[in-house]
Amino acid sequence: MATGSTTPIAATARAEASPLPGLIKDAGLFALVTLGLCVPIVSYRTDLGQGIGLVITTRWGTVLALCAAIFVLRLVQQLYLTGRARRRAARAPVVEGASRLAAILAPITLVIALTLPLLATLLTGSLGEGRYWIDLGILILTYVMLGWGLNIVVGLAGLLDLGYVAFYAVGAYSYALLSTVFGLSFWICLPLAGLFAAAFGVLLGFPVLRLRGDYLAIVTLAFGEIIRLVLINWTDFSGGAAGISSIPRVSFFGLPFTAGENGFAATFGLSFNAMHRLVFLYYLILVLALVTNLVTLRMRRLPLGRAWEALREDEIACRSLGIDTTITKLTAFALGAMFAGFAGSFFAVRQAFVSPESFNFLESAIILAIVVLGGMGSQIGVAIAAIVMIGGPELLRNLGFLKAVFGEGFDPNEYRLLLFGLAMVAMMVFRPRGLISERTPSVTIAERGR
Amino acid sequence: MTLATGINRLATLQDEPPAAIPGGPADPVLIVDHLTMRFGGLTAVNDLSFKVGRGDITALIGPNGAGKTTVFNCITGFYKPSEGMIRLVQKGGETYLLERLPGHDVNRLARVARTFQNIRLFPRMTVLENLLVAMHKPLMRASGFSILGILGLPAYRSAEKAGIEKAAAWLDRIGLTARADDAAGDLPYGDQRRLEIARAMCTDPVLLCLDEPAAGLNPRESSELNTLLRLIRDEYDTSVLLIEHDMSVVMQISDRIVVLDYGIKIADGTPDDIRTDTRVIAAYLGVDDEEVAAVEAEVGLTGTQA
Ligand SMILES: Nc1ncnc2c1ncn2[C@@H]1O[C@H](COP(=O)(O)OP(=O)(O)OP(=O)(O)O)[C@@H](O)[C@H]1O
Ligand SMILES: [Mg+2]
Repeated sequence: MATGSTTPIAATARAEASPLPGLIKDAGLFALVTLGLCVPIVSYRTDLGQGIGLVITTRWGTVLALCAAIFVLRLVQQLYLTGRARRRAARAPVVEGASRLAAILAPITLVIALTLPLLATLLTGSLGEGRYWIDLGILILTYVMLGWGLNIVVGLAGLLDLGYVAFYAVGAYSYALLSTVFGLSFWICLPLAGLFAAAFGVLLGFPVLRLRGDYLAIVTLAFGEIIRLVLINWTDFSGGAAGISSIPRVSFFGLPFTAGENGFAATFGLSFNAMHRLVFLYYLILVLALVTNLVTLRMRRLPLGRAWEALREDEIACRSLGIDTTITKLTAFALGAMFAGFAGSFFAVRQAFVSPESFNFLESAIILAIVVLGGMGSQIGVAIAAIVMIGGPELLRNLGFLKAVFGEGFDPNEYRLLLFGLAMVAMMVFRPRGLISERTPSVTIAERGR
Repeated sequence: MTLATGINRLATLQDEPPAAIPGGPADPVLIVDHLTMRFGGLTAVNDLSFKVGRGDITALIGPNGAGKTTVFNCITGFYKPSEGMIRLVQKGGETYLLERLPGHDVNRLARVARTFQNIRLFPRMTVLENLLVAMHKPLMRASGFSILGILGLPAYRSAEKAGIEKAAAWLDRIGLTARADDAAGDLPYGDQRRLEIARAMCTDPVLLCLDEPAAGLNPRESSELNTLLRLIRDEYDTSVLLIEHDMSVVMQISDRIVVLDYGIKIADGTPDDIRTDTRVIAAYLGVDDEEVAAVEAEVGLTGTQA
C-alpha cells in the first residue's frame, strides 16, 4: 500500500518542480518533427509556368506558420493534460462517494415511483391532466424492467446479448395470440408468456452459448432479426407487418375497467374514470419491475447467481471448480428472457396492438445501452440510466425555444439518436465503467456471527 | 440431466482393482497409464505412466516445456488425451476414468481440484465470495437448485451460514481474514496464490493438483506454503500432486517425485533417489546442452525427443 501511494505523489512532485522547461522542450520536439515533415511536403510547390515547364514556388512562410501552430497546440495540450492529472490525483477518493450516492438515490427513486400517480395528480390538478406523466412513468418502468432483465444476462453472467428484444417480442405475441385466438385472460397469459420466452431462451442458448464474446453477440443479433422477419413474413400466424390489433385490455383480476354494472369502478363504489386503468397499468409494471429486481438481488446471493458472476470473471476457473458452465449460462439466459417475456406481454396489453415494428434492433441497442450506462450489474445504476435514456428525450419535446434559434423547421426530437451517441461517447470518456461502477459484495464476513 | 448421469455411470468402473506396478505406491489415488498428448506434430507428453499415492505429496518436476502443465490439463479434463487412461480411485474403491468425464465433472464427481500456473481467481469478486463459489455443489443442493432459495426458505440460509463458516476457517488458516471483503484481484501476489489453494480445497477434493504454487513467492512465503501443504496432507483426506521448480520446496515436502523431460518420464522415486539420479541431474539441474547430450548418450537415451 505504502509504495502504491508514494509513486504518484513523487511523480506529481517532479512534474510540479519543473513543468514548463520540459513542456517547451517537448513542444519544440514536436515542432521539429513538423518541420522535417513539412520540408518535403509543403515547402515547395510546383505550378504550371507560362511554357511547358513547371515553376517551383517556395513557401517557407507557411512551413514556419505550421510549425509554430503545432508548437503552440502541443504546449496547450500538455498544459491541459498535466493540469488534469493533478486534479485527478487530488480527488482520488471520489469513488466512495458514488456508492453512498447510490444508497441515497435508491430509496428516493422508489418513493417517487410508488407515489407517481398521486404526485402527477397533485402537481397537474387532476388525474386526467396527469396522464402524460403516468404514461411516461409506464414507458420508463418498462425499460427499467427490460434493463434489469438484460442485466442478468449481460451484467451478471457477462454474456453479450444483442437480440434481447426477440424475447420481448415473444412475450408480446404470446399474449396477443393467446388472448385473441383462445380468449385467455391476461393473468393466465402473463406467466405463459414468461415461460414461452424462457423456452426460446433455452432453445437459442443450447447451440450458441459455447460461443464466446463477439461470436455470441453476432448470433444473438441474428436471432433478434430472425424473430422479427418471421413475424413480418408469416402472415397467417402473426398477421404480418400489419400486426395484431384489438388485443383484450387488462382487467382488475377479472373486473373490467368499464363504466358498466360489473366494472371496477361500480364494484368499489367509485365514479367511473378512464384513468383507473392507466393507474392500474402503472402499478402493474411497477410491481413487475420490482419483482425482477427482487429476484435478481436474491439470485446474487444464491450459488447460481454467484456462479454467473464467477463465469463472467473466469470461465476456466469455474469449470475447474465443478461448475457446469453450459447449464449455468442457460439459466441466466432463460431467466433474462423470462423477464423480457413478462415485459412483452405487458407491452401488448397496454398498447392493445403489436406489430413487428416495435421489436427492431434499435430497441435491443437501447436496452443494452441502459445496462452499459448503468454500470453492468448495478441495479440502481440501470434504473437511473433508464430514466435518463427514456425520460431524457422527452425533455426534447419541451425545448420549443430552440426553434427560435435554429428556425421554424427545427424539430429537436429528430436529434434524439445524435444525443444518444454524444451521451455514450461522454460516458465512455468520463465514466467508462458506467454510472455506478462499484460492485456490492453479495455476502460479507460480518454475516458470520449472525 | 439423465443423459449426463448415464455417461457418468459409464465412466465409473466399480471392479478392476488397480494392478500394482512394482516400486509404485501401494494405495494409489491416481493412476496415469500410457498417457500421450499430441498437438499437431508436437508430442508434449509421450507414453507417461505414474501413480500418486493416497495421502502423499507427489511432485512432478522437469525443465521448462517438459509437458507438466499438459499432464495437469489432461488429468483435470481440459485436454482430451490422444492416448492413455487416467484413473482416479476414491477411498471406497470407486474408480473414475477422468479422460472420459466432461470438464466440470472431474471436480464435481471425481473430486479433483486444481490451481493454475497463472493464477485464475475471480478478480472483481471478494475473497469470501471466491471461496463460496467453490462450494457450488453443496450450496446448490441446499438452495433447491435456486427454487427454494429464491423463496428465502431457512434451509438455504443455514447452509450458506455453514459455508461462510467453512470459508472463514480457511481464511484463518491462510491468514486472510482481515481481507475477506476485499476484491480478490487487489490482493498481493502471494496472498492470491494461497487464496487459490484455499478455494480449490473448498471443493473437498480427493486429489489437489497445484501448478507451480511457489512461483514468485519470497523465501518466507515459500516456507509458509510448505506448512500449508503439509497441513492439507495431514489433516484432510486430500492427496497432493504438485508441479514445482523450486527445489527447496520439492525436496522438503514431497514423498515422491516424478521427473519429466520432453514429455518422457526419466525418473520416479523418493527425493533421495531423485537427488542421485544421473539422468535427472543431466536433464534438470542446470547442465548445458552438450553435456546433457553426452550424459544421455551415456545412459542410452538418444533420439527420443519430439
Ligand atoms: N494447447 C497447446 N497447443 C499446442 N502446443 C501446446 C499446447 N499446450 C502446451 N503445448 C506445448 O507442449 C509443450 C509442453 O508445455 P507445458 O506447458 O506442458 O510445459 P510445462 O512443463 O508446464 O512448462 P513450464 O515449466 O514452462 O510451465 C510445450 O512445447 C508447449 O509449447
Ligand atoms: Mg507449466
